[in-house]
Amino acid sequence: MTPAPQEQLLNAAAALRRDLGPDLHDRVSEAIYTEATQIANRTISTDSRQAAFRLDRTVDQLVTSRLWGFPLMLLLLMAVFWATIAGANVPSRMLADLLLGTVYNALHAGAAAIGTPVWLSGLLIDGVYLATAWVVSVMLPPMAIFFPLFTLLEDLGYLPRVAFNLDRLFKGAGAHGKQSLSMMMGWGCNAAGVVATRIIDSPRERLIAIITNNFSICNGRWPTLILMGTLFIGATAPPALASFVAAASVVTVAVIGIFTTLLVSALLSRTVLTGEASTFSLELPPYRPPQVLRTLYTSLIGRTLIVLWRAITMAAPAGAVIWLSSNIMIGDASIAAHLVNALNPFGWWLGLNGVILLAYLVAIPANEIIIPTILMLTLTLNRSQLAQAGVMLELDNNLVYQTLTQFGGWTMLTAVNLMLFSLLHNPCGTTILTIWNETKSAKWTAVSTLLPLLLGIIVTFVTAAVARLVGWV
Amino acid sequence: MSDELVTPQASSLPHAACNTCPAYTNAQLRKLGLDVSGWDYTVALAGNPNTGKSTVFNALTGLRQHTGNWAGKTVTRAEGGFRFQGKRYKLVDLPGTYSLLSTSADEEVARDFLLFGQPHVTVIVADATRLERNLNLVLQILAITDSVVVAVNLIDEARRHGIMIDERGLARDLGVPVVPIVARRGEGLPELLSTIAQVASGAIRPRPRHVPLRDAALERAVKQLVAQIEAVFPNLPQAYWVALRLLDGDASIAQAVREGTIGDLTRGQAVAPIALEAA
Repeated sequence: MTPAPQEQLLNAAAALRRDLGPDLHDRVSEAIYTEATQIANRTISTDSRQAAFRLDRTVDQLVTSRLWGFPLMLLLLMAVFWATIAGANVPSRMLADLLLGTVYNALHAGAAAIGTPVWLSGLLIDGVYLATAWVVSVMLPPMAIFFPLFTLLEDLGYLPRVAFNLDRLFKGAGAHGKQSLSMMMGWGCNAAGVVATRIIDSPRERLIAIITNNFSICNGRWPTLILMGTLFIGATAPPALASFVAAASVVTVAVIGIFTTLLVSALLSRTVLTGEASTFSLELPPYRPPQVLRTLYTSLIGRTLIVLWRAITMAAPAGAVIWLSSNIMIGDASIAAHLVNALNPFGWWLGLNGVILLAYLVAIPANEIIIPTILMLTLTLNRSQLAQAGVMLELDNNLVYQTLTQFGGWTMLTAVNLMLFSLLHNPCGTTILTIWNETKSAKWTAVSTLLPLLLGIIVTFVTAAVARLVGWV
Repeated sequence: MSDELVTPQASSLPHAACNTCPAYTNAQLRKLGLDVSGWDYTVALAGNPNTGKSTVFNALTGLRQHTGNWAGKTVTRAEGGFRFQGKRYKLVDLPGTYSLLSTSADEEVARDFLLFGQPHVTVIVADATRLERNLNLVLQILAITDSVVVAVNLIDEARRHGIMIDERGLARDLGVPVVPIVARRGEGLPELLSTIAQVASGAIRPRPRHVPLRDAALERAVKQLVAQIEAVFPNLPQAYWVALRLLDGDASIAQAVREGTIGDLTRGQAVAPIALEAA
């Protein structure tokens, strides 16, 4: 039997290849490089004494230096979050006044005027509207400040410098240096971060990058951290320093995330995904003055509003589900109350509570709705204690704090552990789907989903146990 | 948003004195965003990472593909449309790649499209501040397609760094049109558009430089293999490149030949899943 024509072709190629010797790739590359150099010599002339060139070099020596690289990085992160927290305060309150006060009351008045049944106005206004309004007032102001600032850093050319600084650490963890770039993409969105791992060519290192991408705090989680940092941690400091301390707490969680990424990468590369770290070359692009106005426009329209829209489309049905589950009674309590009571003991061990755990179940499609879900559940489950639920809805930060501490029984431990759990839990539905699409492996999708959750349970449990043992709570 | 006129910035470019040039009188660009229906020509945007491909893409289509100053932002190909002088163009933004001989998933997307997607025009966006390194990819692309326009981007930055480029000399050496641009500010885009249109319509016929392999034995081997490949796959557009890859022992190309899927590489848009079992 004669082999198929394809096989004949491959055999012929193999035979020719043997005759040619092993260094064919180099010979072809060499020919191209020589040609490129000759053309370049004829057409490019350089004057390296130019001032701009030297300035770039000097700045690079500073921001990528062993001594100053990391402190400068932390300082920049701090500045970004400080601006976000300090700047979002006033517009947040104004939005809450408008959406949760004026508009909410007007909607109820309107519904009553046209004789809407109570269950319908409850479902639509107290459920769907309230959840979306909360998402907007909690997320819009910080995101409208954070995204443009982050995009400005990106435009300037700072990200590759961060990657350069982190490269040594990733190499030490047995991972690819480019993982720091996919990690930073994850700070925007983990699904995008997982797709961004395609720049890593080794399958082993790409899997490590995918599994650990969830340790980058994403859009949906920054608002939770910012709110907890502001309400519970910033509030312990004198007012002048409050937003500074709040920013520091958010940066701390982000840095814990980087360390977790490195730690888990190291564990994976020394156990199930063993191998050498590959080398690569990283281009440090020249600094470019960012186009401030265009950046503002594109990051507001392209990022802030898209992220907000996603949150709203998730929050609306979630609001309906929450309202229904807190108003449909089984026996003497609502469905939500039964679930919360069932989850409460486990929540206690983690230094959290049943409401938070239920919120994380509801928020699997999108982390953005964690805070609104927690607030709605806490409010509706304690309705009997509220003279009238409607009065309490105009929540500014003080009232949110009171609601959580008085009715939800929150302490500093709850807030700290919520911040930790926000960092360490399963990825959102979109990210899980993306991981499946990129790996087509049920095993690695399951590992990427469950490993962070397991870590979250361990870390919050230990934190709670230590806090109780030492007597902090 | 969709009806914008690219304003010619005549004063800022050295050779822009010709106000009667068709680039200026007809520089009417209609950005069509995601609408790529009924296109007359496909145009691919290729180049090294971080040279401004996505910026050019956004400027021509009115879309907002994510841009940023670092290598590796674009990992899938994005498509958009524009209309220029009555013709509709489908513009394909490819991930940056250093070479057509590379292996990572994002670079394969670019490589496969350039080889087998057969765009009518390939615009190579090169970074003026790193032109010599960029030329390696330019020469590799010139080996597989004739209809190439080289857009030398960031010439403002190059000037700031004291780098001067002789675009006419470069065009002569490469055998294809070379257009200096500053994509972020839209400078040079009218000239680029008009050049793309002329290459697409055949008014300009580039005669790209083919790098000699400088190796008689290799030349013979390639020639012999190309003949065999064309016998087995009569419609394969890039027999020369496939021959080189086979001689280099590229396992994925050998696999594609064995399964007869070579040439279909561009149809399966999705990036191949990670094939890996735990070690």
